[in-house]
Amino acid sequence: MNSPAGTGQAQGSEVASLVVEDLVAGYGEVLALDKVTISAGTATITAVLGANGAGKTTLLRAISGMVRPRGGRILLDGADRTGRSPEAMARAGIAHVPEGQGVIAELTVEENLRIGMMSWPGIGWRRADRAAALSEAYERFGSLADRRRKPASTLSGGERQMLVIARALVARPRVLLLDEPSLGLAPRIMTQVMDMVVRLSRESGITIVLVEQNARGALAIADRGVVLNLGRVVATADAATLAADVALRHHYLGF
Amino acid sequence: MVEFLQFTLSGLSFGMIYAAIALSLVLIWRGTRLLNFAQGGMAMFTTYIAIEVIHGTGSYWAGFVVALAAGVVLGAVAELAVIRPSLGKPELNAVIITIGLLILIEGLAGIFYGGQYRSFPAAFSVIGLKVGSTPLGISRFDLFVAAAVLATTLLLALGFRYTSAGLRMRAAAFNATIARLSGIRVARVVTVGWALAGLLGALAGVLVSPSTFLYPNSMDSIFVFGFTAAVIGGLDSPAGAVVGGLLLGLALSYAGGYLGSQGSNLTPLVALGILVVVLMLRPDGIFSGTRVRRV
Repeated sequence: MNSPAGTGQAQGSEVASLVVEDLVAGYGEVLALDKVTISAGTATITAVLGANGAGKTTLLRAISGMVRPRGGRILLDGADRTGRSPEAMARAGIAHVPEGQGVIAELTVEENLRIGMMSWPGIGWRRADRAAALSEAYERFGSLADRRRKPASTLSGGERQMLVIARALVARPRVLLLDEPSLGLAPRIMTQVMDMVVRLSRESGITIVLVEQNARGALAIADRGVVLNLGRVVATADAATLAADVALRHHYLGF
Repeated sequence: MVEFLQFTLSGLSFGMIYAAIALSLVLIWRGTRLLNFAQGGMAMFTTYIAIEVIHGTGSYWAGFVVALAAGVVLGAVAELAVIRPSLGKPELNAVIITIGLLILIEGLAGIFYGGQYRSFPAAFSVIGLKVGSTPLGISRFDLFVAAAVLATTLLLALGFRYTSAGLRMRAAAFNATIARLSGIRVARVVTVGWALAGLLGALAGVLVSPSTFLYPNSMDSIFVFGFTAAVIGGLDSPAGAVVGGLLLGLALSYAGGYLGSQGSNLTPLVALGILVVVLMLRPDGIFSGTRVRRV
């Protein structure tokens, strides 16, 4: 029995795209994640929410390999990828955009897009394949096409996030981890970025895990939500249910 | 006027050597944020290897090529065996390790090859060229030095700019985190950086040794001048390394030429003086894009 795309609920034989089981991770003596379990289905958006220090960023870093888990498992399409290095995770199909570190400012727009291709699996990709991927990105994002030879440092905040999304498109990961993509952006630009995230999920089938301070905005576009507090999961449900739970919102999400 | 021309051309020629060393230091600095104090020693060692090959085969160019290849290998081996284990630990460890590597290499050279000064052949004639009857102060060999360093620098610049491997190296140098998260094997990129730096050092060694003779400490002062040039130009800037090398070469040549009989003894002081002035006025170096925090 296949579940309809969008609920993120694994049923029958369908394997959820990303499964994190009882993950334990921390920094030195500080335990930031205490047996966290989440699961994200193909082509869905899962919002990870909670107050500062709840462990949201650490969760993404543990999944992408930046932080080595001390316990638990990370499964990508059913295959155990726990403990791999960031480079290996990227090549396995997990793309992570850390907070405030989306583009390499000193490189040009086109060079940033080419970086996206470095995680393509295998070798022997032809120049034509690369050119096709770039064209596809430029078609979707016309303003990037105009600035392809300019350094990324000349882009505005919203345009940089556009470049980040475009690079994710080029990289074609299985899972995309976004840490605060709308941070520091004007509300109108924030909305545009959120729209681009939704399109990325729907049109490319990428599984997106989204950490956002802006919980209301995140729940508006997500299929499912996970609320963390002090390194533990305090709620997992589909986004509409979480958004309707006023007590939960007030207690953990600030609205 | 003729004197000025001679000092200028001679200064530019030596400046190219300093530029090569400076470039090798900048390569390593950008990749690993380390100063490789052993760079001069490694260059000296590959020059000894060259002279063994030259005497064994009778061919200068065989020695030249083997020296460059040895530089590549020595650079990669140094990174893998000596430097890599020190990453993630306090930065001072790595600095001490490179100094230790320098002492080790110079000691080994002394054991294998002895301490006496050895002459090293020049690729081309070292007879001064003349325009009409006016001596220019440079020789065919000096022109070769300039051409070799410029060609290598240009090849490296083109490689960085236009190849996929070059893009990986630049990405890793600018933002190692994003690079790793994009699937770039940053550790491998760093090794390649050290290998290229080793190549540049080896080139500097064979180009300068005809003038300085070859002995275990022969590259020490060249290293200091190359390091000075790198700092003047800005440790982050390859263009700065080349310009810094040329400027330093000119300054030292004028100092040595115009300061009378003590001129050549004063050149280290002049280099130090320039370094102090640049660091006081523009601590990041003349060409650096980054800003140094003032303490």
